[in-house]
Amino acid sequence: MAEITYREALNQALAEEMERDDSVFLMGEEVAEYDGAYKVSKGLLDRFGDRRVVDSPISELGFTGLGVGAAMVGLRPVIEFMTFNFSILALDQVINSAAKMLYMSGGQINLPIVFRGPNGAALQLAGQHSQACEVWYAHAPGIKVVSPGTPADAKGLMKAAIRDNDPVVVLEGELLYNVRGEVPEGEHIVPLGLADLKREGGDVSIITHGKMIHLALQAATKLAKEGIETDVLDLRSLRPLDADAILASVRRTNRAVYLEEGWPFGGVGAQVAAMIQEEAFDHLDAPVLRVTQADVPMPYAKNLEQLAKPGVQRVVDACHRVLYRNHSRKGS
Amino acid sequence: MRGEARAADAKSEGAPQTDRPNGARKRGKAGGPKDPESGVGADLLQGFSRNDLLGILGRMLLYRRFEEKAEEAYAIGKIGGFCHLHIGQEGAAEGCIGPLRANDYVISGYREHTQALAKGVDSRLVMAELFGRSAGASAGKGGSMHIFGAEQGFMGGHGIVGAQTALAAGMGWAIHYRGEDRVVVCFMGDAAVNQGALHESLNMAAIWKLPVIYVVENNEYGMGTAFHRISATEIKDRSGAYGIPATVVDGQDVLVTWRHFEALAEDVRRRGGPRFVEVRTYRFRGHSMSDPVSGTYRSREEVAERTEQADPIKILRDRLFGAELLTQEELESLDREARRQADGAVEFAEAAPLPEPSTLYSHVYSQINEHGRLFFDGRDR
Repeated sequence: MAEITYREALNQALAEEMERDDSVFLMGEEVAEYDGAYKVSKGLLDRFGDRRVVDSPISELGFTGLGVGAAMVGLRPVIEFMTFNFSILALDQVINSAAKMLYMSGGQINLPIVFRGPNGAALQLAGQHSQACEVWYAHAPGIKVVSPGTPADAKGLMKAAIRDNDPVVVLEGELLYNVRGEVPEGEHIVPLGLADLKREGGDVSIITHGKMIHLALQAATKLAKEGIETDVLDLRSLRPLDADAILASVRRTNRAVYLEEGWPFGGVGAQVAAMIQEEAFDHLDAPVLRVTQADVPMPYAKNLEQLAKPGVQRVVDACHRVLYRNHSRKGS
Repeated sequence: MRGEARAADAKSEGAPQTDRPNGARKRGKAGGPKDPESGVGADLLQGFSRNDLLGILGRMLLYRRFEEKAEEAYAIGKIGGFCHLHIGQEGAAEGCIGPLRANDYVISGYREHTQALAKGVDSRLVMAELFGRSAGASAGKGGSMHIFGAEQGFMGGHGIVGAQTALAAGMGWAIHYRGEDRVVVCFMGDAAVNQGALHESLNMAAIWKLPVIYVVENNEYGMGTAFHRISATEIKDRSGAYGIPATVVDGQDVLVTWRHFEALAEDVRRRGGPRFVEVRTYRFRGHSMSDPVSGTYRSREEVAERTEQADPIKILRDRLFGAELLTQEELESLDREARRQADGAVEFAEAAPLPEPSTLYSHVYSQINEHGRLFFDGRDR
């Protein structure tokens, strides 16, 4: 197994799927001649030409709709959002067209399309460039949403997403692109809907997805020094959601903390907490807690931004609270 | 009807550049070759066989009778939701879609029942869809605004004004991508020209020369708002900024529209697209079934005058009478057949079963993944 970056893993996935299937093409802002705003598509123009690697105008609503239209007649577009912040301009096409087309057409028109790009905050980009959009998409039946946190998952989930026959939103992370990890070469597929227990403990479950798994693992290391053993469950896929894995972990630990980048209201953690109390109520020894972004737009100033983002200590504190230890409430 | 000559003179022949709000309005009963006012009628008839012409008239009668039946059924609660009728605009449906090939694509907004019929979707399936039945074109899941006939290349009824213009660009992209010999005709109403989606789509269609004919059916009102009250420039001027040739055609004259689209489609096949066409028309009914025929935004007199003078069916009928290509008996027989089909569609719809409750969850996803939960309302448990 080679150790490569998350960026290279995505690049490999795109190249391999484009090689395998001529109906796959990549379109988005700066994906071709610029090699991608974050270089995910580096070299693809040279390899596949401008028929299949296409620079779009800055017209998110337009090129997203174009992708949906192409998928309506059987192509398999990969639409890149330079960041998911800009996907909000295209919500109409993703929600009103992509999510509902199969249903509204009574099963006549399925949409094999991928919407991908970095999601969530990077560093000091302020309000309009620092938001996590997963629930905007996971909210809508008809859409599938995945959020890989490691290079191996990035490659495996991207390949699975491209081969899926429904619209799939692939949420990457700007701060993940340089993360290195071992990635199986060649045909490495991670099926949608399968969570991954990134660390096994027994005292408390930290359930999370995407970029936040790294924070969760740091918190788990810290907790281990106090003798607290942690399950770190990486959902990898939000819709389909591996409910079995969530419930199994909670049944083992009886305590759960959901960690996510986004805002709390109607967040992924809200959905997971609702599910846990509906389906594993008798196994709970404490309320499910959530660690999220502060409920404010992302500020620019470095110190405020740090306060707004979920941090390791807040995760540790939340775990203490569900274990009724120390009762530290600072910042949680 | 095909070929170079036709394509070359598309503008002069098919698209009278009239500034009148509606070319047909002042035409009165003009049309036949005996009409001293114009040779237009005579020229137009050339190249159409008598059978072609009767076919066009018969289909327009079907569109009219079909919509009247829908109107009736809506009034007694058999059709629900929003229901936007195309009565008065049959010339646009037949004239724009009639000349296309079976494998061309048509996509539209939500006033699309008759366009679906024109593209070959079975009238019984369209009516059953309006009735919300399992046998409906969209299995009872779409209704009036979402009629689909993928097999016939009718790519839907779309409910968000202007959104279909980007989908059309995508279908054009796919045609280009695969090197196919097809065109896309994308309908929208006049109000859609103020949507950003259209402008983004026009730009992309232009830079990539996508084989899409964007058709603005200008019925003069976006719901209850007259076009000129909310628009800084004319419809035909909207595509110029993207270098897309625009034409204007009288949609109440089905033969003019037919000729125009026949030429345009051939031209796009040969030289690539896109094109932009304003089809001038008028709706004889309210915006939807909840809007009275004239409403608060246009006068009863206006509607009466236009209904009298610019009825696309009457214009064709009179032209055929004038040219002695149609007898009263034939007209009656065509109309009987149209009514029979419309009645048959209603009978079929009424007899068709409601969708099975179990189908509530079908067609949300085409692929149920092996792992994980896709529905969150307790269904999977």
